[in-house]
Amino acid sequence: MHIVVCLKQVPDSAQIRVHPVTNTIMRQGVPTIINPYDLFALEQALQLRDQHGGEVTVLTMGPPMAEDSLRKALTFGADRAVLLTDRFFAGSDTLATSFALASAIQKISETWSAPDIVFTGKQTIDGDTAQVGPGVARRLELNQLTYVARISGIDFAERSVTVERRAEGGVQTLKTSLPCLVTMLEGTNTIRRGTMHDALRAARATVVKWSAAEAGIKDLTKCGLKGSPTVVKRVFAPTPRSERAQIVDLTGKSNEEMGEALMAEIFARSPSLESALEKMAAGY
Amino acid sequence: MSNETTAKTPAPQGGRAGMKKELSEEFKAYKHVWVFVELERGQVHPVSWELMGEGRKLADKLGVELAGVIIGAPGEASKMAAAECFAFGADVAYVAQHEALAEYRNDPFTRVFTDLVKTYKPEILLLGATTLGRDLAGSVATTLLTGLTADSTELAVDADGSLAATRPTFGGSLLCTIYTLNYRPQMATVRPRVMAMPERREGRIGRVVEVVPNLVESDIVTKVLSFLPDRESSKSNLAYADIVVAGGIGLQSAENFQLVKALAEVLGGEYGCSRPVVQKGWVPVDRQIGQTGKTIRPKLYIAAGISGAIQHRVGVEGADLILAINTDKNAPIFDFAHVGVVGDATRILPTLTRAFRARLSVNRLAS
Ligand SMILES: Cc1cc2nc3c(=O)[nH]c(=O)nc-3n(C[C@H](O)[C@H](O)[C@H](O)COP(=O)(O)OP(=O)(O)OC[C@H]3O[C@@H](n4cnc5c(N)ncnc54)[C@H](O)[C@@H]3O)c2cc1C
Repeated sequence: MHIVVCLKQVPDSAQIRVHPVTNTIMRQGVPTIINPYDLFALEQALQLRDQHGGEVTVLTMGPPMAEDSLRKALTFGADRAVLLTDRFFAGSDTLATSFALASAIQKISETWSAPDIVFTGKQTIDGDTAQVGPGVARRLELNQLTYVARISGIDFAERSVTVERRAEGGVQTLKTSLPCLVTMLEGTNTIRRGTMHDALRAARATVVKWSAAEAGIKDLTKCGLKGSPTVVKRVFAPTPRSERAQIVDLTGKSNEEMGEALMAEIFARSPSLESALEKMAAGY
Repeated sequence: MSNETTAKTPAPQGGRAGMKKELSEEFKAYKHVWVFVELERGQVHPVSWELMGEGRKLADKLGVELAGVIIGAPGEASKMAAAECFAFGADVAYVAQHEALAEYRNDPFTRVFTDLVKTYKPEILLLGATTLGRDLAGSVATTLLTGLTADSTELAVDADGSLAATRPTFGGSLLCTIYTLNYRPQMATVRPRVMAMPERREGRIGRVVEVVPNLVESDIVTKVLSFLPDRESSKSNLAYADIVVAGGIGLQSAENFQLVKALAEVLGGEYGCSRPVVQKGWVPVDRQIGQTGKTIRPKLYIAAGISGAIQHRVGVEGADLILAINTDKNAPIFDFAHVGVVGDATRILPTLTRAFRARLSVNRLAS
């Protein structure tokens, strides 16, 4: 089986730099990591490969330095890495990103084989949108399984997959057919350390690099800023609240007096709370 | 790959912040504000009504109608949801009913929703940022090739009638305002509890538009085999609780965290925590409050041993009254709490628990 895992290289710290003209985030000079949510997807993919055989291809779109993240994924045990990099991708929003990734997956299918499953993380820690996975699924017409907590079974004869999905207020067990796209929930596994063999292989491996043209993208107006319907008009700092907290002085008070004083302070500021609590206590 | 034949005006390069709205003739026909009404297993998620309140303001500003969109199985629940839409301020309710829509599945919901949009052409589309809403919004936006702003914290209409959706960026340290200038509909999701619940007015009525979706169950590949509701005991009502007591790293240990739970219990409230407390494994992840956890809007929020990082702050700012307990008088939490105590939380929490317990049990005896 062939699995593609989409990864994103994200800034490790919350250091902020914003381009004054385009209002896009400048990533130079900030230490980077693989988006932590994507590691749950990668580990799940590696486990499936170990069980059923096949290959795991990791894919990222990003600047040339995103190669570091792909190499890291190779040391964890991924079989192949593809970096989609081109200045035409700069400034992509989620719609443009899903177009580029979907195009690359199409190209991966033609070059090697069509994936049975495409994995992504639940969301990224820098964008936090959770939109790229569904976007890729829709563009490639893959059956979409988001917030997956567990892959309970794959039947290759039937080409079906069964998963447990985190839904509102419960867990949905869904069955669909391959190929599908899965976004993995956090905390579902722990990324392996990778073997010495993997590390050696990763050091020697070549990361496949594709420009937009090489990935088979003909319509550049669907990429980068041009292909992004959303426009960031303003980036600004939150306004501080004008008043600081009023500090209740408890010096010299016994434990008992402290509790009494604080409770009195709370009730003084919120009389409705006092009556609500009294009602609750009286058993209404 | 799905074919994208719609010709789009390319956006000018660079200087996008200064970009002007240039709507195509096709998109100029898009009018009205829609709210997706998240109906699951007979219940509407409250976030839908919170959005209805926001949608009302946007529609009034634009001078257009507000509609709720209900997608579900035929039956009472959908009818009741339509009536509720009106009580919360909608003028119109689009009701799409079909057996195949009894439980949420991405494919049929996306199809029904995008068909509705293409037929009735709303200019603004709002969805709750729940697991369902996010799953659906991403698919709908991609199918319609339009812009979607996730987890908006503020929605407004600017002078030229565009939707201005503001959201935290970079882990909440900055905010950004995002527009979908030249595409329609303009889509946004909002997390539960970020917006206030609007007043419910009984007796308001509106227009119901019934839609018969063209679906055949055998064409839908994905099947729901089962649904296992969360156990009542492990279900947390954190987002909607009136009283929340939360603890942070300042509590120093999982044992001390019991002090937080004890106070929450006496107050009939819920307990929560900061993110590092989850990472340490003291408390399960569904108790995390903040940007990457739950947003809360309680009447009373007590934060013990929490520094008040911006990622935490954005999740609690809607609270009516915030009491912070921290040993550091310069902790950022005192910048946005209403009342503060400089002191050791492990000492102060039990005194509060005792005071409340005494007060509330005395009352019980008296009544
Ligand atoms: C992308 C991103 C998303 C994030 N999302 C979230 C989120 O959703 N929610 C969240 O909470 N955080 C989030 N964080 C983490 C956030 O930045 C802070 O690190 C976190 O909120 C700090 O938790 P804390 O206040 O418990 O710990 P600390 O910052 O370590 O603060 C502990 C506090 O306890 C006080 N203290 C120590 N001893 C005592 C005592 N005995 N009694 C009373 N006070 C004491 C200290 O003075 C200090 O102020 C996120 C970070 C990033 C980068």
